[in-house]
Amino acid sequence: MSSGSDPRDELPEHLPALRAFAISLCGDVSAADDLVQDTIVKAWTNIEKFQAGTNMRAWLFTILRNTFFSIKRKRKREVADSDGVHAGRLCEKPAHDGRLAFNDFRRAFDQLSPEHREVLILAGASGFSYEDVAEMTGVAVGTVKSRVNRARARLADLLGLAEGEDPVSGADAATLAVVSAAGTQAA
Amino acid sequence: MKQTNDKAKLQAQIDENLKRVYQEALDERLPDRFQELLEQLRDKETTK
Repeated sequence: MSSGSDPRDELPEHLPALRAFAISLCGDVSAADDLVQDTIVKAWTNIEKFQAGTNMRAWLFTILRNTFFSIKRKRKREVADSDGVHAGRLCEKPAHDGRLAFNDFRRAFDQLSPEHREVLILAGASGFSYEDVAEMTGVAVGTVKSRVNRARARLADLLGLAEGEDPVSGADAATLAVVSAAGTQAA
Repeated sequence: MKQTNDKAKLQAQIDENLKRVYQEALDERLPDRFQELLEQLRDKETTK
């Protein structure tokens, strides 16, 4: 019998990951901390809904993202949608060595929609499987995959890189010249 | 061929940077308020 162990004892060990997810999602530490706080209270008071033996981290992440998106929906009804405002390309060319500068990346990442940030962090950085992410976000696995692809393409676009345009067979020489020129311009 | 290669390289860089975004958030010191909150929640329960 597992009556001796309280799953709530497990909460502290997930807090750093939960907060990292919140910060990545909000892009703002104080909003993230409020979100983590709400999540802890909800998890604590709804612990009977947690199925012992399942992934507590995924359960907590799910509570957090549901809270985040429901606050966001509420706010959307109150004020004009600010998500519609997207900056153009952030940088005109990749660094000379062709590597992304982290600061540029960070800024591009913060420009993404929260749905895109979410899926990239969950599936890309925090190591959940597409199946886990599908369950956590309440969509089909195929939707997760296409969302990841769109998010990556959007990132590449914001970074001024060509990934978004699928390399068409026989891409014309002019395009290729522009692409490779962008890499060497800094010289 | 080269394009496929470039694309793979770009993907790898995106992944690397995403991990860094997450890792930097993970490296931030956890504020005490969360531990305090857990203690409060537990106290409330044992004294009710």
